[in-house]
Amino acid sequence: MRQGTKFVNRLAQPIKSLAQRFAFMGLLMAAVGMMTLGKVDVLLMDSIRAHVTDTVAPILDALSRPIDSVSKAVDHLRELADLRDENQRLRENQARLLQWQAVARNLEAENRILKGLLNYVPGPEPSFITGRVIADTGGAFAHGLILNAGARDGVVRGQAAITGDGLIGRVAGVGDRSARILLITDLNSRIPVLVGSERTRAILAGNNSDHPRLIHLASGETVSAGDRIITSGHGGAFPPGLPAGLVASVNDGGISVQPFVRRDRLEVVRLLDFGLAGILTLPKLDADPKSNSKAGDHKGARARKP
Amino acid sequence: MTPGPWQRMDLLARQLMPSMLTLVLVIINVVPLHIPGFSRVAPLLPLIAVYHWAAFRPRLLPAYAVFLIGLFQDILTGAPIGVNAFVFLAVYGAVLSQKRFFIGKSFFILWLGFSLIAAGASVISWVLVSAFHLTLVEPRTVFFQYLLTLGVFPAVAWLFLRWQRAFLRLD
Repeated sequence: MRQGTKFVNRLAQPIKSLAQRFAFMGLLMAAVGMMTLGKVDVLLMDSIRAHVTDTVAPILDALSRPIDSVSKAVDHLRELADLRDENQRLRENQARLLQWQAVARNLEAENRILKGLLNYVPGPEPSFITGRVIADTGGAFAHGLILNAGARDGVVRGQAAITGDGLIGRVAGVGDRSARILLITDLNSRIPVLVGSERTRAILAGNNSDHPRLIHLASGETVSAGDRIITSGHGGAFPPGLPAGLVASVNDGGISVQPFVRRDRLEVVRLLDFGLAGILTLPKLDADPKSNSKAGDHKGARARKP
Repeated sequence: MTPGPWQRMDLLARQLMPSMLTLVLVIINVVPLHIPGFSRVAPLLPLIAVYHWAAFRPRLLPAYAVFLIGLFQDILTGAPIGVNAFVFLAVYGAVLSQKRFFIGKSFFILWLGFSLIAAGASVISWVLVSAFHLTLVEPRTVFFQYLLTLGVFPAVAWLFLRWQRAFLRLD
């Protein structure tokens, strides 16, 4: 009897391991299949991503809060340490900025008069959605963030994500209560920009390093280190004039850019609800009583006025 | 004697624990730490977990769980979906095929084994992601990520060993 079971066991063992090996190979093939499918059907993968991210968003939200507090406390301590220097720097800054303020006031007045003369139609004013960074995703192969604001807060794919410093990226995927931001440093990020006071057109292309590059410059145009880079607004979804970075260096390897935004400092991000998306989704916004339908109406009215 | 409901629940919890712990590591991996430059080279904690459980308790972390954890990692980190599923499975398979090598070896040998297997995993994932995007992805960050993962391995593996001794004695 016992020998019988032993015999069966001996027979079953290779079969079992064979089956396991098949299952293992099957899973490997499935992984390859997913990659291929992801290449072919981007939308499907995005919606899967949005659903899963939505599910874990509350956990991430809860986890990121204490860490935010700790990092804030550390920052406070650091600030205390060089309070005097900072004060000095700020005073100098203020003196300089006051001059700039005078210049800006003059220009604003002049601008208003000129716009009045030309009957200039202003573009729609953006409204903001603010979200907290609950995950800093990516690692070596992708640069992204997850925010705790989603479709129910009015987030739409393609909106520009900014902080006080400047542009950080755009909304790449939206769940109900979470949104995925693709940073300007990501390999897949391509943003039309204007460079320097010459307003040279170029594309700001991420390459998974800290320094994105400028590509597709119009032939014959040159840029130099220190030039300011702003979004051009070409292509629609982005508002023009958002500061993105400075040209860090120009050499044979290409034009490297220093973004204004430091990724490790990101805690709260604003999403620009810009006109174009607003106009396109206007009927839906009208029907929707909550969220920022008010802003939508307002914008719509403005856009239709001319 | 048939086990009572509490015992059965206890057993189930023990069996699910390794997968759950690995899932938790995936989530912890993406929590923003606000350390300059860290998020790009953050150590791949789940990879350590997959290696550890494959070496010690493969029955508690079956291949399909490894696959799902890999998918979860891809979905959350924004990597092409399937890349980490493939890489984690490859690591799992590699460890299982060398299982005899790991039995009764010192911690240092385990670490050495991890350094080899993680290097292979880094190369595979770099090749896969490069192929997916049809461009050569920056290899330096991958290398630094590998080094950091190697650096935190003892801490994570030690925690797992402690946990394993405390809860899995019956197994």
